[in-house]
Amino acid sequence: MTAPLLEVEGLVKRFGGFIALNRVTLHVKAGERFGLIGPNGSGKTTLINCISGALNPDGGRILFEGIDITAMAAHRRTRLGIVRTFQIPKPFSSMTVIENLHIPLEYAAHGRLHGATGSEAAEILRVIGLEAKAHLRPGGLTQIEMRKLELARALAARPKLLISDEAMAGLSSAEVDDILAILFRLNGQQITIIMIEHIMRAVMRFSERIVVLDAGERIAEGTPEEIVGNQAVEKAYLGE
Amino acid sequence: MVAAGVLIASLRVNPYLYFAGYVIFQYIVIATAWNILGGYAGYVNFGTPAFFALGAYTAVFLIQSIRAPLPVLILAGGLVSALLGLGIGYLTLRLRGVFFSIATLALSIVLQTMIINWDYVGGSRGLSVIRPSSPPFGSYVTFLFTVMVFLAVVAVTAARFIERSWIGRGLAALRDNEEAAECMGVPTLRLKLFATTISGFLLGVAGAPFPYYVTFVEPNSAFNLDYAVNALAMPMIGGTTSWIGPVIGAVLLGSAQQLATVTISSEMNLFIVGVVLVAFVVLAPEGILGLVRRLRAR
Repeated sequence: MTAPLLEVEGLVKRFGGFIALNRVTLHVKAGERFGLIGPNGSGKTTLINCISGALNPDGGRILFEGIDITAMAAHRRTRLGIVRTFQIPKPFSSMTVIENLHIPLEYAAHGRLHGATGSEAAEILRVIGLEAKAHLRPGGLTQIEMRKLELARALAARPKLLISDEAMAGLSSAEVDDILAILFRLNGQQITIIMIEHIMRAVMRFSERIVVLDAGERIAEGTPEEIVGNQAVEKAYLGE
Repeated sequence: MVAAGVLIASLRVNPYLYFAGYVIFQYIVIATAWNILGGYAGYVNFGTPAFFALGAYTAVFLIQSIRAPLPVLILAGGLVSALLGLGIGYLTLRLRGVFFSIATLALSIVLQTMIINWDYVGGSRGLSVIRPSSPPFGSYVTFLFTVMVFLAVVAVTAARFIERSWIGRGLAALRDNEEAAECMGVPTLRLKLFATTISGFLLGVAGAPFPYYVTFVEPNSAFNLDYAVNALAMPMIGGTTSWIGPVIGAVLLGSAQQLATVTISSEMNLFIVGVVLVAFVVLAPEGILGLVRRLRAR
């Protein structure tokens, strides 16, 4: 068994009196395709925000490659290799598509003053299938191209762990397959992926292992087949 | 450019031209400084008068206490305002958008109240400053003009360097989306503090020669609202995304104001700024640079 890449131990997050995460524990192995699901408001995005550093948890700890990152600034986690995409794409709108990639290449992947930045960015766009749009502003992109830009920009940060937060919401069936194919290919390049998704068809096909959150608690864990047959999960989604 | 400034200074044309030219170059420094924070990082600072006046009053204090020479005044004025910039950066870290702007507006008022109650630097009555004798050039105003040309060159060079370096690209990322920038490895906090500090420094530098220029310093002129409005209007009119934008804006608007002061009335200044700013916000929101770019793209 490989050592865990990411360890989340007893994570607690409160917003005033509301407990968004109640002692959530999960381990993600290196190279794994990991699914995180749960009904709306179950704490998925809060958990991701704690892992990526946008929020500070009120209890518990997070380890990445054995290093305690619980209180680390978000940009330093990115440099360690934890990179996320956003549910609602957040491109740098004053820059062209390729310039969007220069930011993480310069700030996260290499240190400063690196000559190869331009060709690397072009290579990533080619892999994602956005090379034709390299010199457009994000404002001129379609919905799926915007999602691809989110992924491309995350890739430019050279992630070890890629957290994809609902990268497929609102896409057509063919477009979902398109994004899935990209994620499978990235996983083939030793990138560990956490997928948060409401599109069950996608998450069941993609994930090797799934954790289910409901009301801030972990209610189930297992292979896609085990999750489909799980009583507690059915109850969380459909009620009794 | 410095050489050109010295040359102009040695021409000995109508002394009023130096007097007016000083103001225009002073505005190049102010607009450029404002734009590092407001244009590059997207944090709109309404507190320009606070930084400018702090530079001026640091100079007044050093003149009063030790009669420090001009280069010392400029450096000290810059450093004290830089500290204020750093402090404001820390205090307003969590304030984004309009809330940051309101905080800077409040800063100006707080600082002015403090100066009004500090008798050593003149309090509310103001203070006469005697210029040092034997200036290197014909008149002291000509000398100050040359100094301000030099400062403008320094400010514009610094802005141009920042814009084209990794710092400028990081600031642009955080202006577009702060959360995404942080997640892409940009140390947004450190870059913001850098921007508030360097912007504060240059605003202080612009204010430090002010006491010798006007020879009578009082809070209402040092904390004049004109500085807040112009610092914002000039880059907006020229274009905020490039170092040349604030320069264009400062030259155009600064000259127009000087002309209006002489030919119409000194009260027309802000009126002109207001009309021009409204026209630009409506017709060319990306300033003259944006306008030129759009015409070229056709």
